[in-house]
Parts: sequence; structure tokens; C-alpha cells
Amino acid sequence: MSPEECLYTKEHEWIYVENNVATIGISEYAAGELGDIVYLELPEADSSVSQMDPIGTIEAVKTVADLYSPVSGQVIEVNEDIVSNPEAVSKDPYENGWFIKIKLSDPGELDVLFSYEEYRDYLGEQEAEKHEEDDMMEEEDE
Amino acid sequence: MGKTVFEKSSSGRRAFTLPPNDCPLEGLKQLITRKGPVGLPEIGEQDLVRHYIELAGKNYHIDKGMYPLGSCTMKYNPLINEELAGLGGFTGLHPDQDVGDVQGALELMHGLERALSEICGMGAFTLQPAAGAHGEFTGMLIARDYFLGRGEKRKVIVVPDSAHGTNPASVAICGFTPKTIQSNELGLIDPAILEKEVDGETAVLMLTLPNTLGLFEREIAEVVRIVHDAGALVYMDGANMNALLGIVRPGDIGIDIMHVNLHKTFSTPHGGGGPGSGPVGVNAELADFLPIPRVIKEDTGYILSCDSDKTVGRIHSYFGNFNVLVKAYAYIQTLGARGLKQVAMDSILNANYLMNRLEGTYSLKYPGPCMHEFVLSARNLKKNGVRTSDVAKRLLDYGLHAPTVYFPLIVEEALMIEPVETESRETLDAFAEVMERIAQEAKESPELLTEAPRHTPVRRLDEAAASRNPDLQWRPEEK
Repeated sequence: MSPEECLYTKEHEWIYVENNVATIGISEYAAGELGDIVYLELPEADSSVSQMDPIGTIEAVKTVADLYSPVSGQVIEVNEDIVSNPEAVSKDPYENGWFIKIKLSDPGELDVLFSYEEYRDYLGEQEAEKHEEDDMMEEEDE
Repeated sequence: MGKTVFEKSSSGRRAFTLPPNDCPLEGLKQLITRKGPVGLPEIGEQDLVRHYIELAGKNYHIDKGMYPLGSCTMKYNPLINEELAGLGGFTGLHPDQDVGDVQGALELMHGLERALSEICGMGAFTLQPAAGAHGEFTGMLIARDYFLGRGEKRKVIVVPDSAHGTNPASVAICGFTPKTIQSNELGLIDPAILEKEVDGETAVLMLTLPNTLGLFEREIAEVVRIVHDAGALVYMDGANMNALLGIVRPGDIGIDIMHVNLHKTFSTPHGGGGPGSGPVGVNAELADFLPIPRVIKEDTGYILSCDSDKTVGRIHSYFGNFNVLVKAYAYIQTLGARGLKQVAMDSILNANYLMNRLEGTYSLKYPGPCMHEFVLSARNLKKNGVRTSDVAKRLLDYGLHAPTVYFPLIVEEALMIEPVETESRETLDAFAEVMERIAQEAKESPELLTEAPRHTPVRRLDEAAASRNPDLQWRPEEK
């Protein structure tokens, strides 16, 4: 799926919904920030998850991050290929890098997620905030 | 990389020759004799010595240069400690000896327990835990048994996000559930947030003081009150105790259980240098829960007592890492109360000196003054395509050890620096100059950083592959 077709969380998960089934991964931005991913711990198939609950762990060389579920529902498929080859997340976050598929229990929950454009603006705002601080620092420096 | 000692092996060479066996082997044979050769390298003494001298030259150690690691106080190991720990009366002991034969060793342990209790303001200490995380584990066992004894089913341990990474792990391994609370914009525990998260389910608040941002919890009195009012205990991870020696006694501010790291605060060797030791202190009310055996002083001398109904039991074979205890006791006795306070003050001064010098070159998310350590961020270099890991690798090119990187997790692109008290101003300035030069390089020729290290025995290693498929053992090639 293309990034433009996905919805996003503040925690940088993407979600693509088709026929009430959500495919979930992490955004290219998140994959870039995490760097080389070493290990993934994903929920088991058939388990139930709730929106924005931590449902897994992404372990990179330099840090560890929680994976949050963008929606509530039942896990119907886990990408075993990505568990054995987590480096694919960084290379191809939107295609082969997907994590799990969830059958939605409440499609209404999708309303609180970012659209592609909203997510892009959100990232822009975050970066701008940091640059502002850094620029202030450099001015002080000069 | 050079060859391993096995690759230098050549058949028939010897550095050491055993005399012919003059003992009868009958009866032993089947049980213990080898079926094949041992496979040790065959090498002459001179080549063997050269091999290890060459390796030692490549090694980085505290006797060679500064370790700017944060939250992992890597301090100088005074030579007198080694000399005293090497005394035959200590090294020749066997832990199964009769207590009547080891009164000196027991006196030392008792003295160290008393000294740690005084320094930390706690009721009693155990010297058994073999590391900081082992101390945390012991502390959690004590909390578990304390609440079991009161018939309370408290399952949750609250851990601030500025705590050491081992804290939630120790909590989970003891069957508790860790619950993270977020720091406020100052990098401190917010009493208002804490108040909401602490309730009748809470067993313990587990905090690191100063926290991993190198900040003292300014609201500590209120934090302790909230936890105690909820009937819970406060555990302090004392890995950062270096900043508090002689200034703050954790017991005085209401800490119920804590550990210290002898291999950090009390100058015993760290890392590859020697086993750790993480003594645990408790308030007087919890003393009966401490592990056994405990050293007790009686009129006739010292005894080892297992006489306690409430004890969590044994958590280490015999009495902990005894030889490390000797070194820590020597350190405490050498410095005395005034000297220990000077340690804390100098470590705080050194950290603030470096922080003030480097703030501006790197960004500082949480403003100081700091305690014994501080956390910078290389985030301001990201626009040059440079990350903290590149800064760290470049430091190796300058012959320096890198600081702790990417921890704590609440600071993006973190560089966590702790200079400790023993480094001179000249050493601090030299380190700061290198850090400034690297920041300059990041702007002018970032490839110097992204391609670093260039001058080390091996270039940049594939850390992801090393984590995923670690190859930890050298094996001879199949012939």
C-alpha cells in the first residue's frame, strides 16, 4: 500500500484498512529514527487488542520502542517473515514491513487517527519545534 | 585484527612444562581422564607474553584514559585497595572455615555494613547481592515478603521513566507489574501525576536518585509522603549515590529499601575488572527480611546467624563477593566522612563544569544545575546528517571512550556524561575540546563522523548483525 492511503497514530504506526481488516506497520519516519531493528515482539494471532494499548516491542540497536495498536479488534495474522528478518522494516516499511493484521471491532475508532496529510503536518510541526530550539541555541552561541 | 593465541599455535612449542606425573592414576581413570587432547594453544613464553601485551595495548581501561559514561560511575580504583584485598589473610580464606578462624573477615563485613548504614541512614545492610540489579531483585523480594506478611496483595511497582532500565526488569522477575510514570518538563517526578498513579495496589515506588538525567528530585519529600500515605514503600536505586555521599542520607528522606553499587560509588573495579557488589539497605523495621546468613556481633565475637523467620533466604552462595567488600571498606576508611563528602562535591562540580562548557555545542533538554552527570543531545547535528552514534564513534578516533549513548530514552539522540570526581580540570578540558572539535567537524566535514572510526583496530561494526546473530566463540577451522 502507498503511504498516502494509510492512516497514522501520534506514535508513528500506519494502518491500512480494507474490508474491515487493518494492516499495521510503522512509518518510514519512525523506521528511520529507530535505525537498525534487531528484534520484534508482536502479539499472537487470535489475541484481542485495544486502541492505543502497547501490544509489542520494537528493539533497535540503539533503543527500544513500544508498538501501539491503532485500533481495537482481534489479531488475525502476524507477519512471521518480518519477525525473522526485522531489517526489512527499515528497507520497506509500507509493503513487506507490515507487522500484523487486525479485524476491527469498532470502525468508528478510525476517526481519531491522522490522515496522511495530517500526519505529514504533525511531523513537520514536531521538527519545526526542535529546529526553533536549536536555532535559538545557535544564536546564543553566536 | 591480529591473530588469536590459538591461531599463533605451533605444534610442540611450550611456555610451561609440567613435571612427569608421579601419582598412580588407577581408579581415577574412567571418571576424570581426558579422552582426547585439551586443544590448548602451543606457544613459547616470549611469544605468549608479547601476545597479551599487544592485546593489553589495544584495550581501553580506566588506567589509560577517562570514561565519560553516565549512570555507570566508572571511577579510579585506588591501588591501596588492591594491596589490602591481596593480603594473604583475606585471599587464603575458605568460606567453609569455622567462624572462630575468620573473625577478622567477619569484623570487616560487620564494619562495612555499619559504614554503609551510616552513610545511607539505613537501619541495616546485607552485603550479599553480587550486582546492582541483583540488589534490586533482593529489594523486591523484601517488599514482596513484607506485604505478604501483612496480608496485603499489592502487585504494582511504579517506576519513573527516568529510572535505570534494570528497574522494571527486576520488578517483573519478582512477579510484580511495573507501571511507568512520565517525568515533567523539568525531567523530574511530578507529585500531581504520582498522586494519581499511586493507590492501594501500589507496593513500591522505585526511583533512581539522582535520576538518570543527573537531576535530584526536588519534590522528594512530597513524593515520599504520597507513597507512604498510600501504604506503599519507597525503593531507591542508589547507583548514582556518588552525588549524595555525605550530603543526603536516603534513610533521612524516608527511603525504605535501597541498594548501592560498591563497583561504582565505592571505587571497586567495574566491568571486566572484577565482580560487582550491590549491597541492599533497609530501614530498621525491615531488617528481619534481609538475606541470611547475617553477621552479628556478640560479646564473645562475631557469628553468622541464620536465625530469622522473616528472611527472604539466601540470595548468593556464602557471603557475596567478599574480596570486593575488602576494597570498598578500604576506600571508605581511607577517605573517612569528610573525604566521602568531598567525593560527592567534586563529582558534582566536575559535571557542572563540563555541562556548562558543552551546552551550546550540543543541546541540553533539561536545564541544570546537574548532580554528578548530565545528558546532552546531538539532535542539533542531525541537519548535517550526523547522529549521536557517529559522535560516539568519532570519539574513538581521538583515543577516548565514548559516553553512554541513546539513554535515557526520554532524551532524543542522548549523550550521557559523567566525568567523576577524580578527573583533573586538564582532563575535562581535553575531553571538552575533542567534543567541540567533533561538533565542528559535523558541520564542515560530516563524513569524518559518519565514516568513523578510522583509526581503531577495526572499523565500524555491524551492530544489528552482532545483536541478531552473535558469534561469541572462536572455533578452530575444520581441517
